[in-house]
Amino acid sequence: MFSVAPSRPSATARAHAFAFARLWRRTAAIILASTPILTGCMHSAGAPSNLDFSRTRASEHGIYRAEIAPEGDSIPQGKLQKWTLHLDAANGAPVSAASVSVDGGMPQHGHGLPTKPRVTRELGNGNYLVEGMKFNMGGWWVVKFHVDSEAGNDTLVFNLNL
Amino acid sequence: MFIFAFMRLRPRFRAALIAFVLSPALMFMTPPHAAKGKDAPWSPAERTLLRSLSLGSLAPLAPDPSNRYADEESAARLGQRLFFDARLSGNGEVSCATCHVPQQDFQDGRPLGKGVGTAGRRTMPIAGTAHSPWQFWDGRADSQWGQALGPLESPAEHGGDRVQYAHVIAREYRAEYETVFGHVPDVRGLPERAGPVPDPARAKAWSRLAPVRQEEISRMYANIGKAIAAYERKIEFAPSRFDRFVEAELAGRTHTRESAFSDDERAGLALFIGKANCVTCHNGALFTDDHFHNTGVPQSRSGVPNDSGRASGVRSVMAAEFNCTSKYSDAKPGQCDELRFAATDGEELVRAFKTSSLRNVATRAPFMHGGQFASLREVLAHYDRAAAAPAGKSELKPLHLSNEEVRELEAFLQTLTSPLAVPPELMAAPPEKSEALRTAGR
Repeated sequence: MFSVAPSRPSATARAHAFAFARLWRRTAAIILASTPILTGCMHSAGAPSNLDFSRTRASEHGIYRAEIAPEGDSIPQGKLQKWTLHLDAANGAPVSAASVSVDGGMPQHGHGLPTKPRVTRELGNGNYLVEGMKFNMGGWWVVKFHVDSEAGNDTLVFNLNL
Repeated sequence: MFIFAFMRLRPRFRAALIAFVLSPALMFMTPPHAAKGKDAPWSPAERTLLRSLSLGSLAPLAPDPSNRYADEESAARLGQRLFFDARLSGNGEVSCATCHVPQQDFQDGRPLGKGVGTAGRRTMPIAGTAHSPWQFWDGRADSQWGQALGPLESPAEHGGDRVQYAHVIAREYRAEYETVFGHVPDVRGLPERAGPVPDPARAKAWSRLAPVRQEEISRMYANIGKAIAAYERKIEFAPSRFDRFVEAELAGRTHTRESAFSDDERAGLALFIGKANCVTCHNGALFTDDHFHNTGVPQSRSGVPNDSGRASGVRSVMAAEFNCTSKYSDAKPGQCDELRFAATDGEELVRAFKTSSLRNVATRAPFMHGGQFASLREVLAHYDRAAAAPAGKSELKPLHLSNEEVRELEAFLQTLTSPLAVPPELMAAPPEKSEALRTAGR
C-alpha cells in the first residue's frame, strides 16, 4: 500500500520530454515514408515468411524422406488433380506397402481441404498415386501425409503457395 | 548498455532504428489499399489476380461425361422447349422458366422460389453453371441434368411426377425425343400420375409398377433432364465493363468509355482483391470457387428450417438416383472423381452454402440462399460484421470497413453487370410447330 505524490517535473525531465518528442516526430516521418513499400510486401506474402515450399521433405521424426510430384508439374487452382508421392526410408531405400492417409487445409483460414484425397494405388519403387487433390482458393495451403509402414509411423508436412 | 549505445547515436539514426523496429507492427494497422492511390499501378500479384478474374481466362466448357447428349443441337432444341413447357408440372402452370426467368438472369428476384408452392430456398441463376461440379445451394446434384430433375418432382416447385411427364413426352414430343434418344417406351396402361414422390397415391401407384417398367420411365425422365441440360449449357456470361477494364489495364491501353472505372470502382476492386478478402472465395473467371462455405448467414424466415446446407447436400448427392455414378449416367467408372473424392463429413459442411457467382450480382437482389439480405449494402454489412453463424462455424472475420469502403465495394460490384451471351432465340420458348397440330395430338 503506497501512493506516489504528484510533483513538478524538473527542468532536466522537460528537456528529455522535448528530445523524446523530436525523436518521435522523426520516427513517425520515416515510418510513413516507408509504409507503402512494406504494405506492398505484406500484400503479396499472405503466409509466414519462413515457410519451406520445397517438394522434397523429411518427415517430422526423420523416418521418411518424401517428394511430391503433381501431375503436369503445376498445381492449378480449383481443379481435381493427381499427385505422385515418393517415399524413401531414412537410409534412402524406397518404402513399399505403406499405409498413407492425407489431410491438410489452410492454417490462416482454419479450414481443411475441400476434398477427401487418398492414395488409390501403389505404383512401385516407393511411388504412390494420390487422387482427389483440389485447392479452391489462392494462398498458403498445408498438405499432410500420415505414413505407416514397417519403418514406422510418421507425418510429412508440405507447404504450398497458390 | 543498449540504451547507452542507442543514446549515443545521432538523432536521425535513432529515429531510423525505432522506425525499423516499429514498422512490422504498424504494417498490420495500415489498410493495404490505403497505399493504393487511384492511379497507382497494380502489383504483379494483383495483376495475376485481375487476369484470373477476367472472363477471358475462363477455361472452355469441358464435356459432361455423364450426359452424352450435352453438346447435341437436337437435344438442346428439345431441352429448350421442355424448359418453357408448363405441362411439365402438377397444375399445368409451372415451367422451369417460371422461376428461371430469362430476362431476369434466369432467376426470379424472390427470396424463395414460387412454383406450385413455395420452395425452401432462393432460385439460383443458370448462366455459367455448366462449369460447376455441384448444383443447388447445397450441391445435392453433381450435374445440370441431375439438377433439373429435382424441381420437376418437388411438390413445392413443379409438383408433377415422372409418369405424368412420360405421358407428356409420348404425346407431345415423340418425334423430337426419338431423334435424340431413340425409342419412346410404351406408356399405354400406365397410370396418369405416378412416381417416387411424397404424395401417397402417386407413390403407391409407382410402387405397383414392375421394376423394369419403372426403370424405363426413369430413363425417360433422366433424358428429360439431359435435354434441358443441353439447352442450359448454352447460357453463358458475356464480358462486362470489369473485363474490358482488366483487358485495357493489363495491356497498358488508355481506357475508353466502355472500359473506364470511376475512382470508387477502382478502389472497390482493390478492396475486393485486398483488405475485404472477397477474392478468397469469389475467385476465378466466374467469381466462385464452386465450393461451400459457412459465412454466418442468418436463418431465412420461412425457408428450410434449420437448413444444414452442404452437410445434408453431400449426403443427398452421394445417394442421388441421378448422380454421375448412377445407372442413368453415361460416365464411365473413373469419370466421377468429384463425387468419388467429395468431402462428406466434418463441421465445415454444416450450414455451408455454395459460393455464388458475382457476375450480374447487382441485378439479383435479394441475396443469399433464403433471400435474407435485400441489398448489396446489407450483404457487405454482414461480411464486415462477421456475425456468428446460427449453426456450425462462420469462416468470416470482421473486416472493419469504413462507410466509404463499403460504398466503393458496392460500386465495384456494379461493374460485373452485363447482358448474357445468349442469342435472342434461346431467351424464349421456341415457336410452336403448330397449335392445331399440337391440339390434334392430345
